[in-house]
Amino acid sequence: MSDATLKIFRGTREIGATVDYRVPIAPGMVVLDALHYVQSHLAPDLAVRWNCKAGKCGSCSAEVNGRPRLTCKTRMDTFPQDKPITILPMKSFPVIKDLVTDVSWNYKVNKKIPPFQPRAGVEWRMYQEDIDRVQEFRKCIECFLCQNVCHVLRDHDKQEQFGGPRFFVRVAGLEMHPLDGLQRTGLLKTELGIGLCNITKCCTEVCPEDIHITDNAIIPLKERVVDDFYDPLLGLVRKIRNAKEPAK
Amino acid sequence: MNGKYETHEHDVLVIGAGGAGLRAAIEALAQGASVGVVCKSLLGKAHTVMAEGGIAAAMANVDEADDWRAHFRDTIRGGKFLNNWRMAQIHAQESSERVRELEQWGALFDRTKDGRILQRAFGGHTFKRLCHVGDRTGLEMIRTLQDRGVQMGFDVYMECAITRLLKDGDRLAGAFGYWRENGRFVVFKAKSVVLATGGIGKAWPITSNSWEYTGDGMALAYDAGAELMDMEFVQFHPTGMVWPPGVQGILVTEAVRGEGGILRNKTGERFMERYDPKRMELSTRDVVARAIYTEVREGRGTEHGGAYLDISQKPAEYVKRKLPSMYHQFLELADVDITKGPMEVGPTCHYMMGGVKVEADTAASTVPGLFAAGEVAAGLHGANRLGGNSLSDLLVFGRRAGLVAAQHAKATVAPSLDPGQIDSAERAMLAPFERKEGESPYALHSDLQENMQKLVGIFRTEEDLRQALTKIEELKERSQRMSVSGSRMFNPGWHLGRDLESMLTVVEAVTRSALARQESRGAHSRIDYPDLDLSWGKQNNVIARKNERMELRQVPIPDMPEDLQVLLTEEKGSAA
Repeated sequence: MSDATLKIFRGTREIGATVDYRVPIAPGMVVLDALHYVQSHLAPDLAVRWNCKAGKCGSCSAEVNGRPRLTCKTRMDTFPQDKPITILPMKSFPVIKDLVTDVSWNYKVNKKIPPFQPRAGVEWRMYQEDIDRVQEFRKCIECFLCQNVCHVLRDHDKQEQFGGPRFFVRVAGLEMHPLDGLQRTGLLKTELGIGLCNITKCCTEVCPEDIHITDNAIIPLKERVVDDFYDPLLGLVRKIRNAKEPAK
Repeated sequence: MNGKYETHEHDVLVIGAGGAGLRAAIEALAQGASVGVVCKSLLGKAHTVMAEGGIAAAMANVDEADDWRAHFRDTIRGGKFLNNWRMAQIHAQESSERVRELEQWGALFDRTKDGRILQRAFGGHTFKRLCHVGDRTGLEMIRTLQDRGVQMGFDVYMECAITRLLKDGDRLAGAFGYWRENGRFVVFKAKSVVLATGGIGKAWPITSNSWEYTGDGMALAYDAGAELMDMEFVQFHPTGMVWPPGVQGILVTEAVRGEGGILRNKTGERFMERYDPKRMELSTRDVVARAIYTEVREGRGTEHGGAYLDISQKPAEYVKRKLPSMYHQFLELADVDITKGPMEVGPTCHYMMGGVKVEADTAASTVPGLFAAGEVAAGLHGANRLGGNSLSDLLVFGRRAGLVAAQHAKATVAPSLDPGQIDSAERAMLAPFERKEGESPYALHSDLQENMQKLVGIFRTEEDLRQALTKIEELKERSQRMSVSGSRMFNPGWHLGRDLESMLTVVEAVTRSALARQESRGAHSRIDYPDLDLSWGKQNNVIARKNERMELRQVPIPDMPEDLQVLLTEEKGSAA
């Protein structure tokens, strides 16, 4: 068994630096295992957010060697062992302590989205082929890695005007639900600022659930916004066909 | 109050934000109560998110012969007749409505050809009964409930841990806890408290459970004077990952077997033929877990000490569609392509059948104002839970707990808080900072886990259990010398230290109950008492705190009414 060196950020949003820790490597070990080793043997107060350690809850996001990842799904043997592995908190969110960041902004954005509202008198029958595309969006585990890499948030700090990829995925799941009766394009255009996205696909690249965020969620939503606000005729057609009411 | 602590007041305080907690909160809100939800993690990360296979509900969308009576019968048989029959009845009757409700709130289950909710086969269920979304049913459920609750307007206190329930005389008055982020203390005043904190898997090293599963609710209830029941029944799920070491214990959904997965030992033998020739891989979890364990112990295990589970005879596209998480989990974590070859699997600590003793209809504990629902409560599952019956349990009894908690709150005046209790809860939390160079909480936890794995596992003996009790006493003493370093800001060592206290209480209850039950039934297997004992089938072990000690007594199971007894003998439908 050999050792690896982890350079882990220790500190708060005011002050902090990376600290080196030596960790013995076991077969199949993931980065989160290494962090747990550090906690139990070297630094008992190392703050790490995690829950399931099975890639299902989306809690353990961090930037490993510069790449945003779930630490529970990132194997240690994907890195050269002779070089240190750097683990930093997600950059787009304020650090609370060590690898734990304040992601509360996401929960605020989520509250703005009107939930599923079935059309009046709807019959509860849906066919698999009609829900396949929505089920893709509902795979989202809210790891917020897409929010973390989106340059509108990461580099331009547009948190006030922009909802971010995670919430475009959520809206897409509602808008494309076969029985939903609400129209959320007004919300997308104004409060969630979907126009700020210039489809660089960084979000899609980091999604651990392989959701095609840009192609399947954002671009179709952008098209709907265009139809409803810039092409009244098409907007009308869509309105009649889908019988959706605008969200208040 | 002297204003020393941040204080929040609600009619109903729900502790835990998994399926049961969220469903309780939604129902209490619907009754017009003000509701606070406290959770140790972020909202939407609770253990329910890991549930894979599905929700059991006799909707009869696939097998027309299914109905609540068959679901009731399967549940009681699976639970080896130790279940609270009234709970099993309510559960079987109400679960279909709870699933339809989820759909109306936006959940999207996989569909039948004619556009209804698709149902799959699962262990111990006579009919295809599990409503599912691939192998990520729990995620669908928690997201649906979370969005519903947020829209209805509950207050959520995230990353907040409760360390003590506060009382006003005999009744519940609220709860004391700390914020994980900054370590500051917080007090909740409430007329009703619903416990929905889940189970105790973290007391074992090989477990499918997340760090949150430290038995908090059971220990809080016990400390507050409530009774615990059936604590000897800990479910080891037959199929967890066994290799590589870092992933040991991670769940491999029963849906693999539900979709046709076959178990083999290293000689290639389909060994379930020897243990349950009728149901084979779809036998109940207790039987399959013991079978795999026995194969390994008798030298027929795989290279890494498990059994082979093979679904590769199905078309690759089908496997990827119905079991997408399993496909990715094995490919990414174990370098195994499950569409091409077998997985290696072995038992993993998964679920607690026992817990807080509650009234079937109301989810009320023996302490006025304290309710419990979901895994933290006992009764529904008896000696062994069927797969899929957990998610339905959360919905059915979460809703009932929220309903009755809100009604209770309406009918009572506000309790008063006792500053003495709060001060003592604070002192207990600060004590480990005042000790220097004491025991490490991590070392204590690891010793506790080793003890439970070795001495209170799938197969038990009197000698092992007695030894385990001695060890638990030692660990309790050592925990009095535990110290933590660092500050109160997001300090996992400190948090674990508190969780450890809950675990120590609960494992003592588990071990004492296991020692008392001199028979083998469901998930409780005694090598020294290998047979079912009819007299033990008529009583539950109940634990309560008396004079600072754990007192165990046997309580008779109420007689089942005749109209339900008839259902257990009746054979109905083609697959029965």
